[in-house]
Amino acid sequence: MNFSLSDEQQMLADSARRFVQGGYQAETLWHQFAELGWLALPFDEDDGGLGAGLVETMVLLEELGRGGVTTPYLATVVLGGGILRRADAACRARYLPDLMAGDLQLALAVDEQERVFAPENTALQAREEGGGFVLNGRKTVVLNGDQADRILVLARTGGEPGDQRGLSLFLLDPHSPGVTLTPHRLVDGHRAARLQLDGVRLSADALIFEKDAAFEPVRQVLDEAILALGAEAVGALSVLLDDTVEYSKTRKQFGVPIGSFQVLQHRMADMFMALEQTRSLLLAATLKTLEGHDDARQAVHALKARIGGAGRHIAQEAVQLHGGMGMTDELAVGRYFKRITAMDGLFGGADQHLAAFARG
Amino acid sequence: MDLKVPEQERHFREEVRAFLDESLTPEILEAGRKTTSVFAPVKEAMAWQRLLHAKGWAAPHWPKEYGGTGWSVGQRAVFAEELVRAEAPPLIPMGLQMCGPCLIGFGTEEQKAHYLPRILSGEDIWCQGYSEPGAGSDLASLKTFAESDGDDYVINGTKIWTTYAHHANRMFLLVRTRRDGKPQAGITFLLLDMNTPGITVEPIVGLDEVPEQCQVFFDNVRVPKRNRVGEENDGWTVAKYLLTFERGGQDYAPALGVQLQRLKQIAARQTTAGGGSLRDDPVWAHKVAACESEVLALSFTEKRIKSALSAGKDPGALSSMTKILGTELQQRVTELGIETLGSQALVWQPQALVPGGDEAPLGPEYALTAMASYLNARACSIYGGSNEVQRGIIAKAVLGL
Repeated sequence: MNFSLSDEQQMLADSARRFVQGGYQAETLWHQFAELGWLALPFDEDDGGLGAGLVETMVLLEELGRGGVTTPYLATVVLGGGILRRADAACRARYLPDLMAGDLQLALAVDEQERVFAPENTALQAREEGGGFVLNGRKTVVLNGDQADRILVLARTGGEPGDQRGLSLFLLDPHSPGVTLTPHRLVDGHRAARLQLDGVRLSADALIFEKDAAFEPVRQVLDEAILALGAEAVGALSVLLDDTVEYSKTRKQFGVPIGSFQVLQHRMADMFMALEQTRSLLLAATLKTLEGHDDARQAVHALKARIGGAGRHIAQEAVQLHGGMGMTDELAVGRYFKRITAMDGLFGGADQHLAAFARG
Repeated sequence: MDLKVPEQERHFREEVRAFLDESLTPEILEAGRKTTSVFAPVKEAMAWQRLLHAKGWAAPHWPKEYGGTGWSVGQRAVFAEELVRAEAPPLIPMGLQMCGPCLIGFGTEEQKAHYLPRILSGEDIWCQGYSEPGAGSDLASLKTFAESDGDDYVINGTKIWTTYAHHANRMFLLVRTRRDGKPQAGITFLLLDMNTPGITVEPIVGLDEVPEQCQVFFDNVRVPKRNRVGEENDGWTVAKYLLTFERGGQDYAPALGVQLQRLKQIAARQTTAGGGSLRDDPVWAHKVAACESEVLALSFTEKRIKSALSAGKDPGALSSMTKILGTELQQRVTELGIETLGSQALVWQPQALVPGGDEAPLGPEYALTAMASYLNARACSIYGGSNEVQRGIIAKAVLGL
């Protein structure tokens, strides 16, 4: 048992922190990511990647979270790349080089309107016809959907919503006839889109996994996305705590720094403990998943529930302790507050994951 | 970064299990099951200590030269986990966990040679004289005074919340030896024999009707100066050393995990109004899951501390939070215990909780302990530095407020 970073992992953390603090060009950010090798991080060396694991992704995402960097990393590398990494050799050879070079953006479309987030809840229909498929239906909150060169669409080829069987995953060119994309912003500044499919015809080779068998790989990728989100959350929450502590040392009321008031000190101590407990669950979930422990998914559920619960606790306290300034768009605290709020809404909220944890 | 368990630790776990299986007698196990406090019934706890001592395992955290085991941080954690799993009663901590380490750090050779073997063997039972009626969280304001008189100190004053003073034959205590200067600077650490004339012990009956705590009165009690540990007026240093020695020493998560598993087994037997089992009730399950995920997080916080200690690093801030988290979770778990049992938890049979007693429980044995555990657990956020004091320490020492 060991929680220390290796030298390489520490170098990754240092370079990510320098990059984030150093003032980067938002316009060319993605190609800088490619040059730094970050887009190649999780892919096999045989596919031209760096062959790094979940710990490296965790290290990078924590720093990006700390920096409050808005990127399509989750959508393109963790979600889209996570799917492609599990696809057949031909698919990997065709798309991964472009992805790693920063020339291919991806999105994964799972969410649907009036349905609690869960891959098995998918209703969007893919009907077999003439050796191919015809897709009809709507996906919502497709992260990075407006910028993606390809969208991976989870659709139902059999069974009913609620069934884990009968789910298939398709690689969609958003310029195909019958596709309507409606771009929008998310509250935290990330980009997303609503995806409407009306009689969209796809050939059989658009199918990424075996027909009806997409549930398990999609669920694995969503687990990895929760781990990535957890790392980003830990980074963002540590800034919320640090900024709040710092602010309370300088902001004076009644002639003294407000940080000298015991009622506020204890609340900040609670924020600190909530953050460290979140970090502990991030380590538990990441290492158990990486090593294939039986209870890995339980730890992932616990982590996601905690991002919601502890995240909200820390972020709300951060705004409250900043007073009126916490309500403005001027301070970083507001931006991080919105990012943390968004994190709970993605991939199923705290209650949903706690219920899954309770079911075991 | 990895969670790999060294091969050596796995073998060690088997060795510990085998020893516990063959050594824990039915009487000791009954006391373990009926323990509703951090302090187990004295007779059985001391019997268990003698068995462990015979094996050389009574004080794993002591340096080997004084009777410790020389185990790694990981092995010590395995041992503690297995004790919890086997439902062994906890050993009484005042000698092994508190006085012993202070003597190892600051005792004279003579003191160490005399007292340490007697602590290990259980020949002496110790109590801790720290708190006073006017000195709780603000311990440094203690007033019990030790007047210098030739080769002796003469003590007058009173100590309170002295656990098991009525069972103990020795006390280690903090007394004031100087009235001026900073409060911390005039304190001295002494050892005394509880049979010394002038000592009166009055047990205090707790919420659970158990006289676990005592008040101790000192009326011109003579203690030889050779019973002083450390320098005169430097007792605060001795007392503080224990905090360093204990750092990261106690894990809460293993016991909490066992208690939650037991709670689920109990809930599975409770039928709800709808006919299903309470364990499947969504409100109940949600509360237990919230607790369980917090325990999972705490277990990794405790693993992070051990990982740092094993690597020779300072776990720093993390160790200051485990007391708060562990005790508050302990309170939540005991609350869930009485909620799960409903009216069955109200049946009050303290005599049936006495190991080997002749009063039989009216319901199942697990129902017997739930309320007493709940009542007793209210103390854990108060003792050992109240959780408010602990939060203050985090604010000052970690956050720099």
